[in-house]
Amino acid sequence: MQSSTNTVRRSLRCGAAALAMAAASCVALSAVSAQESTDTITLTLHDWTGQLITTNIMGEVLKQAGYSIEYVQADYLAQFAGLETGDLDIAMEMWETTGREAMDAATATGKVENFGPTGMKAKEEWWYPEYMKAKCPGLPDWTALKEPACAEAFSIPETAPKGRYLGGPVTWGGFDDERVEALDLPFEVIHAGTDAALFAELESAYQREAPIMLWIYAPHWAPAKYKGEWVEFPEYTAECYSDPAWGSNPDMAYDCGKPFGEIWKVGWSGVKDKWPGAYQAVKAFTLDNDEMGSMITEVDLNGKSVDAVVADWMAANKDRWSGWIKK
Amino acid sequence: MASPDAHLSSPAAGPWSASHASRVPVVWGVVLIAFVGFWLYGRSLAGWAFDYPRGWTVPAARWISAAMKWLINDATFGLFSFTDMTRFISAIVELPYRLAQSLLSTGFLEGSGSSAVQILPPLPWLAVVGAVALMGHALGGRRLAALVSACFLFIAVFGQWSSAMTTLASILVAAPLGVILGLLCGVAAVRWRGFERALSPLLDLMQTIPVFAYLVPVLFLFGFGPTAAVIATLIYATPPMTRITILSLRAVPSEVIDLGNMVGCTRRQMTWRILVPTARESLMVGMNQVIMLSLNMVIIASMIGAGGLGFDVLAALRRLDFGAGLEAGLAIVALAIALDRLSQAAAHRLATPLKSDARKGFAARHPYLLAALATIGIASLLALVLPWVHTYPQSMQLSTGAFWSDVVAWINVNYFDTLEAAKNAVLLNILIPFKRLLATLPWLGVVGLLGFAGFRLGGLRLALLTAGLSFLIAATGQWEKAMITVYLCGISVIIASLIGIPIGIVTASRDRLWSVVQVIIDTLQTLPSFVYLMPAVMLFRVGDFTAMIAIVAFAVAPAIRYTVLGIRKVDPRLIEAGRAMGCTEWQLLTRIKLKLAFPEIMLGLNQTIMFALSMLVITALVGTRDLGQEVYIALTKADTGRGLVAGLAVAFIAIIADRLISAGAGRVRARLGLE
Repeated sequence: MQSSTNTVRRSLRCGAAALAMAAASCVALSAVSAQESTDTITLTLHDWTGQLITTNIMGEVLKQAGYSIEYVQADYLAQFAGLETGDLDIAMEMWETTGREAMDAATATGKVENFGPTGMKAKEEWWYPEYMKAKCPGLPDWTALKEPACAEAFSIPETAPKGRYLGGPVTWGGFDDERVEALDLPFEVIHAGTDAALFAELESAYQREAPIMLWIYAPHWAPAKYKGEWVEFPEYTAECYSDPAWGSNPDMAYDCGKPFGEIWKVGWSGVKDKWPGAYQAVKAFTLDNDEMGSMITEVDLNGKSVDAVVADWMAANKDRWSGWIKK
Repeated sequence: MASPDAHLSSPAAGPWSASHASRVPVVWGVVLIAFVGFWLYGRSLAGWAFDYPRGWTVPAARWISAAMKWLINDATFGLFSFTDMTRFISAIVELPYRLAQSLLSTGFLEGSGSSAVQILPPLPWLAVVGAVALMGHALGGRRLAALVSACFLFIAVFGQWSSAMTTLASILVAAPLGVILGLLCGVAAVRWRGFERALSPLLDLMQTIPVFAYLVPVLFLFGFGPTAAVIATLIYATPPMTRITILSLRAVPSEVIDLGNMVGCTRRQMTWRILVPTARESLMVGMNQVIMLSLNMVIIASMIGAGGLGFDVLAALRRLDFGAGLEAGLAIVALAIALDRLSQAAAHRLATPLKSDARKGFAARHPYLLAALATIGIASLLALVLPWVHTYPQSMQLSTGAFWSDVVAWINVNYFDTLEAAKNAVLLNILIPFKRLLATLPWLGVVGLLGFAGFRLGGLRLALLTAGLSFLIAATGQWEKAMITVYLCGISVIIASLIGIPIGIVTASRDRLWSVVQVIIDTLQTLPSFVYLMPAVMLFRVGDFTAMIAIVAFAVAPAIRYTVLGIRKVDPRLIEAGRAMGCTEWQLLTRIKLKLAFPEIMLGLNQTIMFALSMLVITALVGTRDLGQEVYIALTKADTGRGLVAGLAVAFIAIIADRLISAGAGRVRARLGLE
């Protein structure tokens, strides 16, 4: 609200100036303010390190380009309410794998725009610690899981003789119940309610070298901290999810692994007109998985602050980010 | 417990129960046998009575979503739209919030965002500590001063200062608003019966609908950011204040009211000069609850943009840094304890009228105010030269580092098997059988049984209410999830009461012990459950058992608190009289104290149920499959209708439990001759 009054005031002042001074200077002034608003751009922060890093890099780059920016903490999915009204402007990480539905719903309103991929790819799959290979030597090939002995190695008293697979929160989707049925795996799917719970269980099992099979995603610190591997399922294709005839089970879909998904940038659709330069910069932003993985490791495992890691990246990649904000 | 008296005073409760008491068990027996018979043999006859047919489901979720859409996009009062109004409210709430925020954390800024220029820095930490210490000294002497400054020092030493000030700013706005709103609603409800009747179900809904259920509409209506968080906090934290206001104003002895009438009080004088001051002590419990519940919302508020300590807790636990999570969590507790003790002391202080020294000068009348201003002034000036006065030096910060993670790891490595065995015993022998039992019950039978219980305890109106609400749960297609909810919360409430009420009895008469227990339950109530939930997941895996631990830890607080409150309120002369008549300690306890404390203990049970249900949101995070999970899923899909329908189902469960307990308690009270 304040900002709009500012704009009004500015244009009034401009009008007054036009009367007194040469018209040309005023025209030039208003041309600038019509193009680029001086209002603050808000970027949303969520609660995982990778997203904090991405957002801070974007924020720093926008600052270098002369924009005023502000970080606002917001829930990953609840933020769409703010993005639709323009209360929030940019969200830097919207994972194909977990946020697709909410994102589609929001973009369908026309008030939210997809700013393109970040260049990072979300990898999500069944994962086990390396020490489990001794108990189930056929891994990482998924067919090894069909062996009763192997499944039992992953069991706990409640699920025995079936193995226990700790899936992500129900809200992440992922079709694991369907996958277990389609591939006829002797496993029981238990859903963790949140990813903190997921990693708490992994930490617990890893400390005791106890059996565990769970949903791990990357970019994340877990694959860097814990030694282990992803199970290799038949590779995902769109037909696998939509067409029952595809794959080893002719009667059911989902007889394959999980998709490798983009991580998208999204934002309020008004950004394009209000801050065209910032809009271009956000669209141009890219990082890759390895860069992100090493930065996350620096923060979460080596105890560096997000700011320090971001500053290092900014210093090391000046050419790249100055390209994003080139006029 | 909405308003016990309103629901209890149905005429059936009194003489009826006494004269027909012997027949009651027979009727109950017949109904129960019929229920069990139907449950065992009815499935083949009427399968639809067991699994609610899909085709009959009322699409309430769709209706609510549509109504919400209309409210946001089209509703208008002519001159301005509904959204304009809510945005206006949030702009008003934002003013004091910005002020508190600038003062404590960000400093006063010109402009916005990263281009803003700081005109005035925020208060130096030393000034804040000095000011609260002076406040403590003014209100409660040296001991209180030491306590509150220790709390704030703790925050500074553990490096939580700036986050804590952000959180404090939002509490400083939300808590007074909640207290004032609650008090006004309570007074209005006491004065106008009609208002109370309208308010009572609303309060139940406000307190029992999981926060996640109304988060999405609140964000839509009030905009994104801290004010939406303040408003969500208000919705959640105000009802206990209103309830306690109603209860305590009603409990003012009639002699006092008579006195007021005799000296010719107007209604306004009667309310503000007689009733409210007399009920002061109970009102303080309400204020305490508002502060505690506001701090309770810190985690959820941080999810929608409030930042502060709640955010630190979430972020720490996501990287499994238990130590950092605990430190941020304990900083919330330290804030809670400081605010709580200060507010209690303030209340006692206001209660004892000060001698007015109108003739003395300003300085003599307000020594503390001047001292506080001087402290702030000096500290602010000093801060210009000495940076450590302004910001607590980083080199002197403490951290528990990896200590807590190591402790958990040690327990995990050494005792996991023992814990697992204990957990499995509880799970297999109690939790799972109970869950299975509830899952097989026919919905029609349960609705009938609840209706019957309502009828016996409170007459036709109650019967219609309990049967109607439980039918609505089935009709919106949530029966199965509701049963899981009942199972999880039911068991947790029983355990919490079994732990809490005896502790309350033991501590009520021991001041020293009570002050220790108070710290413990304040901690339990304000320490974000996330802090202990994740270590619990490591030791007990995800699932119902971990969820139960979290619920019990949270819900035990009101069970203890209200038991103590009730027993302490018992007139000491009655206890003396009992002693003079030669009662043993046991007789004193069972015949006098517990009997007279019964209404409060029931209020405690009621609050225990409410608290347990409010934890459903959190337990959804460890993978339960109940209504809480449904609400959580709806939140993540921003599906207003689905969330509110599931949230309402939770509220209905709470209301049914509340009304039945109230009615039952009323009958017991009548039999005991308390009314």
